[in-house]
Amino acid sequence: MTKLLEIHDLQTQFHTRDGIAKAVDGLSLSLDRGEILGLVGESGSGKSVTGFSILGLVDPPGRVAGGRILFDGEDLVAGGEKAMKKLRGKRIAMIFQDPMMTLNPVLRIDTQMVETVQAHADVSRKAALARARDALVRVGISSPDERLQAYPHQFSGGMRQRVAIAIALLHEPDLIIADEPTTALDVTIQAQILSEMQALCAQSGTALIWITHDLAVVSGLADRLAVMYAGRIIEEGTTAGIISKPMHPYTKGLIESVPQGKEHGTLLRQIKGMTPSLLKLPEGCKFAPRCPRADAACKPEPPLEERETGRRVRCVHPHTEPLAEEAAPT
Amino acid sequence: MTDAATDDIPAPDGPVAVKIDSPAKRFAREFASDPIAVVGLILFVLIALIAIFAPLIAPQDPYDLAQLSIMDGGLQPGESSFGTGMTFWLGTDTQGRDMVSAIMYGLRISLFVAAVSLGLAITIGTVIGVTAAYFGGKIDSFIMRIVDLQLSFPAILIALILLALLGRGVDKVILALVIVQWAYYARTVRSSAIVERRKDYIDAARSLALSDRRIMFRHLLPNCVPPLIVVATVQIAQAIALEATLSFLGVGVPITEPSLGLLIANGYDYLLSGRYWISIFPGIALVLTIIAINLVGDRVRDVLNPRLDT
Amino acid sequence: MTDTPVIEIDDVSKRFTRHLDIAERTANRLGAGIKEQTVHAVDGVRLNIRGGEVMGLVGESGCGKSTLGRMVAGLSEPSDGRILYRGQDRSAMSRAEARNAALKVQMVFQDPMSSLNPRLRVRDIVGEAPQVHGIVGRREVAAYVEDILEQVGLDPSTAKRYPHQFSGGQRARVGIARALAVKPDFIVCDESVAALDVSIQAQVLNLFVRLREEFELTYLFISHDLGVVEHISDRIAVMYLGRLVELGAAEDLLKQPNHPYTEALVAEIPTFETEKRIYSAIKGEIPSPLNPPSGCHFHPRCPHAHERCRKEVPVLKEVAPGRLSACHLNDEA
Repeated sequence: MTKLLEIHDLQTQFHTRDGIAKAVDGLSLSLDRGEILGLVGESGSGKSVTGFSILGLVDPPGRVAGGRILFDGEDLVAGGEKAMKKLRGKRIAMIFQDPMMTLNPVLRIDTQMVETVQAHADVSRKAALARARDALVRVGISSPDERLQAYPHQFSGGMRQRVAIAIALLHEPDLIIADEPTTALDVTIQAQILSEMQALCAQSGTALIWITHDLAVVSGLADRLAVMYAGRIIEEGTTAGIISKPMHPYTKGLIESVPQGKEHGTLLRQIKGMTPSLLKLPEGCKFAPRCPRADAACKPEPPLEERETGRRVRCVHPHTEPLAEEAAPT
Repeated sequence: MTDAATDDIPAPDGPVAVKIDSPAKRFAREFASDPIAVVGLILFVLIALIAIFAPLIAPQDPYDLAQLSIMDGGLQPGESSFGTGMTFWLGTDTQGRDMVSAIMYGLRISLFVAAVSLGLAITIGTVIGVTAAYFGGKIDSFIMRIVDLQLSFPAILIALILLALLGRGVDKVILALVIVQWAYYARTVRSSAIVERRKDYIDAARSLALSDRRIMFRHLLPNCVPPLIVVATVQIAQAIALEATLSFLGVGVPITEPSLGLLIANGYDYLLSGRYWISIFPGIALVLTIIAINLVGDRVRDVLNPRLDT
Repeated sequence: MTDTPVIEIDDVSKRFTRHLDIAERTANRLGAGIKEQTVHAVDGVRLNIRGGEVMGLVGESGCGKSTLGRMVAGLSEPSDGRILYRGQDRSAMSRAEARNAALKVQMVFQDPMSSLNPRLRVRDIVGEAPQVHGIVGRREVAAYVEDILEQVGLDPSTAKRYPHQFSGGQRARVGIARALAVKPDFIVCDESVAALDVSIQAQVLNLFVRLREEFELTYLFISHDLGVVEHISDRIAVMYLGRLVELGAAEDLLKQPNHPYTEALVAEIPTFETEKRIYSAIKGEIPSPLNPPSGCHFHPRCPHAHERCRKEVPVLKEVAPGRLSACHLNDEA
């Protein structure tokens, strides 16, 4: 059986006045049915652009300049907008950080949801409405009939995000791409949404790509993690593997710079320097200027190599020891 | 965190400082990308230069009676003087005044009145608008009610009433123009200052115990300039037109210092008797001036506007 | 340090009232009965911050933590109660004294972009206030600014740049430099690292720790992120819908939260997991501060709520040495 999603050598570029910014540069990735992948990176790493590229939502001045995105065996890049339209919202759905990207502020929730149902399914309004109601119940919205008649602005931020998730679920897609959907929410609400997403994916066998800057949030949710830096994947593997034994110095640095369970009031281990501009990337390994292990061997850019079973790392000097005790997972 | 949509798109102010043009340079480049606006700008600069240097370049001083000869009265464009032999390219008026010179001097008065009233109105309007936005509350409501009241009457009506009370005179026209225009600037500055006022850098300045005056004029005001420029380019054309209207109606500048509007009015009586040039050429000068300013103003607005919300 | 707290928050409340406009007042004359809406953003908070300590203030959106921070920084006035700086009420001071006290309490803001004036160069952003207040002379100001920039880890040559020429982390440092330039002894950090990337956030947190020692600073560290707050704070205060619900030593509070809300917050701190985590979220939404629940504000979401919680507001009282909590459950145990 083919993989649900296979990305080969994806190139997404933005044309700016100061040159071409390679937001995603040679990214390869695959995803099984029902699998949850955490796509982790800081701002400018290309994680969101990767999500937008899969859905064909990259707008000028950006464009997908190369590579193949195979969804269930079908090439989305070659298929163009026409092929994408058939899939988007039906088999692949997206959840944004700001739910108002999905919701139309001037339409009632029922109108929007019925419209979404009828866009891909030939059903009566009544049947569509029933499906909308079901979806709201599944994301934990109480009194769905009342909620259906409301406008988005009558909801809190968490509730809006739930409605957006419900809309994504309407057609029971094979793949959901979620771009920082809980970042703007309060922690107690974030936990609710995480728990619901987890349950929903388990129930329906939907695969999920969870794009986030927060390694900790996604570690409790994802089966596998892919860490991005400067448009590339620099480490990929099982969540347990990466969290307990990060091999790339950047991944290790990311885990260590999150303050938790460490001697409080002390200094955090920090990654020196800052994220490079995509217009002025260093030669060789893109992380080398910030890396404590960098030396002359880092000059040609290292390939993403399998170092252990199921673990790919883009580094010539990977860490091979598990993370020290104080930073170990709790 | 950062906005998802723009998160991964390299910002122009990206981490490693990419070379960035100064805002002025960027403005100049974007402005120049519209050729019609550039033509407007060149035309406007030309007109302004003519107005400024009129006494130096005009063929004659149209208000030095010694240089005028009644013999030359009402000559057609292209005819020559009977006395000095000088050619009147745009003809003469009934008193033998060279229309080219009269238009140059007229432009000078028109632009002077507009520029001075613009400067005063901007200053007054800006101070009032920033004050209203910074202090807010009752002060703001009070000031803005006055502004609303002022703007609800047509400018021409207010100006006519004022000048009927004050009498003619360049200073009085300027005063009238300031009074009818300050409210536009006050409203414009206030609306952008209210947005800026909520930003943290104003709170930071307040917690640094800087004086209100310093915060208002050094921190708040410079960030409200772009919309002010847009309104100013529209308003200066309005001011020129309004002055011309007032002078045409006979309540504006005195006969001794005729602006374009007054020149048009002077020639109006002869329009039907065939001496079209006394009115028409000053009219064309007025129209060209206003068109040039509007072309520049439209482009300025297009270039500056997208940045109003960033 | 002395026993007088640097900042004493004495039963402070802040109410925001939306007054009726003319149309609504007219409608009321005709019997519409539209009421003015009042939000109790901060409701009777008492909190002492001792010299040299880091007081963490956590809570979710709408809990009033930022409003409280702004009042401490002198950016807004309490509706009720007083905020004392070293035992003195700022509103009772002379003008010069009040100005000096104001300079002693500075604020570092959340958004590193909007908190810097885009039209000023860094040397003016940092150097203006010390020069205006006579902390440094006109001639020394350039050297003074460069010195402070170095202290916060910025290259002194960046003094001539504008804010847009910096990255987010550098802007945050400029904001810190601006606050330090007037020699404060108390800094309110309002979500000061929330907008930064993880790796940059660690750098800035480390900077806060270092500066605290070097300049003997006291912090009020406001954040929604309990993990970050726990790392940097000595004591933590937890707010919910305008009220203080728990206060205690940082480590202790996280290990043994007393209030059910604190317990929920602690449980939701994202931690690194190697196994799939079972999220046990507390139910319900944060209620609107316009119309908060009766009694204990947390009761509709609390797993232990009973009749008394619906009726009676729990008072904040000592449940262990140095630990305050506002929960009726403590009475029954």
